[in-house]
Amino acid sequence: MVTYIVRRLLMGILVIFLMSLIVFFSVRLLPGDPVLIFVAQQQTGAQVTQEQLEKLRVEYGLDKPVPIQYLNWAKGVITGDLGKSIMYRDDVGQLLRDRFPVTLYLGLVSVAISTIFGIVFGLLAAIRRGTWIDSVVTFLSYIGLTIPVFLLGILLIYVFGLKLRWLPIAGYTAPWDNYWLSVKQSIMPIICLAVAPLAMTARQMRSSVLEVNNMDYVRTAWSKGLKEKVVVFRHVLKNSLLPVVTMLGISVGLIFGGSVIIENLFAIPGVGRLLVGAVFGQDYVVIQGGTLVIATIIVIVNLIVDISYGWLDPRIRYE
Amino acid sequence: MCEAGPRGRMLEVEDLYTEFKIDQGIVHAVNGISYAVDEREIVGMVGESGCGKTVSQLSVMQLIRRPGRIAGGKVWFEGVNLLEYRPNSPEMRAIRGGKISMIFQEPMTSLNPTLTIGRQITESLELHLGMNKKEARARAIELLDQVGIPSAASRLDDYPHQFSGGMRQRVMIAIGVACEPKMVIADEPTTALDCTTQAQLLELMLATIDRCQGALVLVTHNLGVVARYAQRLYIMYAGKIVEEGRCRDIFYRPSHPYTIGLLNSVPRLDEAKGKRLVPIWGTPPNLIDPPARCAFYPRCPERTERCRVEPWPELKPVEGEGHLVRCYMREGGRGA
Amino acid sequence: MSDVSEQVFVDQSGPDQVPYGRPLDAEVARPVSEWRRFLRIFFQRKLVVFGVAVLVVLVVVAIFAPWIATHDPYRNDMSKALRSPSSEHWLGTDSLGRDTFSRLVYGARTALIVGFGTVAVASVVGMILGLLAGFLGGWVNAIIMRVMDALMGFPMLVLALLLAAVLGAGIHNVIIALSIATLPAYTRLMCGETLSVKENEYIMAQRAMGAKSLRTMVKHILPNAFQPTLVLVTSMLGNVILAEAGLSFLGIGIKPPGVAWGSMTADGYRFLEAHPQLSFAPALCIMVVVFAFNMVGDGLRDALDPKLRGVL
Repeated sequence: MVTYIVRRLLMGILVIFLMSLIVFFSVRLLPGDPVLIFVAQQQTGAQVTQEQLEKLRVEYGLDKPVPIQYLNWAKGVITGDLGKSIMYRDDVGQLLRDRFPVTLYLGLVSVAISTIFGIVFGLLAAIRRGTWIDSVVTFLSYIGLTIPVFLLGILLIYVFGLKLRWLPIAGYTAPWDNYWLSVKQSIMPIICLAVAPLAMTARQMRSSVLEVNNMDYVRTAWSKGLKEKVVVFRHVLKNSLLPVVTMLGISVGLIFGGSVIIENLFAIPGVGRLLVGAVFGQDYVVIQGGTLVIATIIVIVNLIVDISYGWLDPRIRYE
Repeated sequence: MCEAGPRGRMLEVEDLYTEFKIDQGIVHAVNGISYAVDEREIVGMVGESGCGKTVSQLSVMQLIRRPGRIAGGKVWFEGVNLLEYRPNSPEMRAIRGGKISMIFQEPMTSLNPTLTIGRQITESLELHLGMNKKEARARAIELLDQVGIPSAASRLDDYPHQFSGGMRQRVMIAIGVACEPKMVIADEPTTALDCTTQAQLLELMLATIDRCQGALVLVTHNLGVVARYAQRLYIMYAGKIVEEGRCRDIFYRPSHPYTIGLLNSVPRLDEAKGKRLVPIWGTPPNLIDPPARCAFYPRCPERTERCRVEPWPELKPVEGEGHLVRCYMREGGRGA
Repeated sequence: MSDVSEQVFVDQSGPDQVPYGRPLDAEVARPVSEWRRFLRIFFQRKLVVFGVAVLVVLVVVAIFAPWIATHDPYRNDMSKALRSPSSEHWLGTDSLGRDTFSRLVYGARTALIVGFGTVAVASVVGMILGLLAGFLGGWVNAIIMRVMDALMGFPMLVLALLLAAVLGAGIHNVIIALSIATLPAYTRLMCGETLSVKENEYIMAQRAMGAKSLRTMVKHILPNAFQPTLVLVTSMLGNVILAEAGLSFLGIGIKPPGVAWGSMTADGYRFLEAHPQLSFAPALCIMVVVFAFNMVGDGLRDALDPKLRGVL
């Protein structure tokens, strides 16, 4: 088990390293000179001399060869220094520290909702296969995987925000500042974020329960005269959760992807909105910092998934 | 003595039909079979793969799942027709695992990989015998000891993948006899194991069942296995019983052409050396909407025009006590 | 004692013995045509039929867009801005006075071009990489597959966002960005296929006889990989169109004056209360098309390889 965890851990570190390479070098291909863009954004009107440009280049370390730039950046990242934003003239680490709690709060609630309800609905559909419950769950999971997250957002805004006027259509308040307002503001974004992973989890759970149901050991369990509840919860559930747990990493990915759109739609000051803003402002420091942190979180989630897999499946535990 | 069925036997299966609805049509897996098992009796149920022998046993336990269903018949067990109970009713569940238990053929896949074997034994004990955790554990150790698992106490908390195939089948046997059932159904219990383990495990299983005074239905395609142990045999073909009788009658006076074919295709110790083994030609029949005539007709060396045009014959008595055969060629005494 | 069942079917009878029963010709099962079996399973589900119908309509609309559209989708006419649906403008006009219906018709082109363009680029490049990784093995395999792991680690939309930012807006760049983001699926599939064929003994034998190895491999791998790739491509099409819509919705995808359903939805959002159809019409188009692709993908998967159910 220990070697299993260590192997996964090393693999995770390798993948993060490769991801940082992808992020860093693709950003270096950005069209245009970041310094010129930066100067243009200052809109001071004053003529900028070549000397000042050079000075800025040195300040941002852009005068050095690209591999050196990567090493400097990587050194910074490891020590927690993600560089200085060009657009906001602020520390990127600080920017992310401000924005991440928002995204993480909405994301965690969505992951919890989608995983729990996905497992419950998938299990229900499978053990009541062929009934109306199964048809409804199957159809809704198709819809959930198909509906563009912004269509769902706009639909909710139109119905509950504009027509019924029950919920505010934009904004974000931390739950510890104003709990009631926070709940009202985050209902719609959380629904939007949770729908796709929920549908996916339900679908995976359904097919995985159906598969386990056909296993010989489930027949053995029935042949012992156990109640259906016992067969399902003791014999089917744990075994069919294995492939579903694997989906957790994908769920988190879907939610990060969705938050890029949802945070823009609902004007929520999270990482997704920061990233889109940075793309428009060609603020490469923010882009590479933000994507790297998101990628790292996903790698960590997958690592946790792998380890919990070992806990769920004794065959891996004793390997 | 317990109450018995209409004809005074412990288990009486009457005209049982089980079918599976699939895309291509309806598979008549069990096509009207009747058989009986007495207390402490060992009965063999023999036939090729796919002849419906496993399905008939699952039907007795009401373990048939969609798309299959029991289409008709009665299963009298200790005077009650089990098919009147709903499959998951408390009455049926009390029988299942409590009075009739089943040992399945694949020891590698028949145990739950995520539960300790101890748990998989104790859950039956707790359910049917009302034991508490401690008692059940003690009994489970005793059972594992009986089936010959070394240092049983320390292996109770191991998982199935830590056992070899033979050891797992021992665990299956322990589960099967845990609640001292009146009847154990063993479905090809040794097929997946290698030859040396097979014999050993069969002896073990018989001894264990004997100890708890149960009856045994031994489902197998292997005539050699049943020849040694069973008192009576049922030969199944295409969802029907084609021949039944005492083991020695069937061995020394096989009557149905299929039974003769089966016996000619296995080596026997009581015959002269150098005798060739003769296979049965062709493949088992397709059970999807089969013609009404004898299903063995296409493969039968003794077939006549009558076999082709008339429906399945009835089971008719031939020489030997309770020896019945379903063949036109044997009507009016034993044929060629 | 060995298995009866195995012996029963083997003809061991010598010339001096009469075989025990011969099968009748009439009883020998007739083989069912593969193609008919495929069609039967494929069209078994009504939703698959619906999906195929939608896709046929989509392709027709995209090809014949100039004849189907009632107006020029690019012409601004501020005097006609934000009209409600009428007999002249079936779905009204947008804030620049452009006919919404005609823009939807042209949007079908964009969706199809991006969808098919992306799966074409990604599948070809991905399969070549997978073939190389599987065939060469060793460190080449390690490098390619670890890079794919890294690419898979990013959420698709975040990676597409990063790449779109690097490449800039525009339909070609969107195709490239989405191709890179979806590359790993094809590479993994192909690598797996290659490895399994490589293990096969008949390939070993052919190599021993001196056949050109890479060519032999390709000849054996492609037929094996065809069906799973087809299933993957179909199920990817929906995802790709969905991702393109997301990018266009954010304003990072298709550049104006190009017409994309995603950007139409975003443009219309400002007028959601008074003219909801400006947003809902294009967004619904995306949904129906993605739904159709997913259904066809599922139908293909069930008909070609039921084992893949729940995997892809």
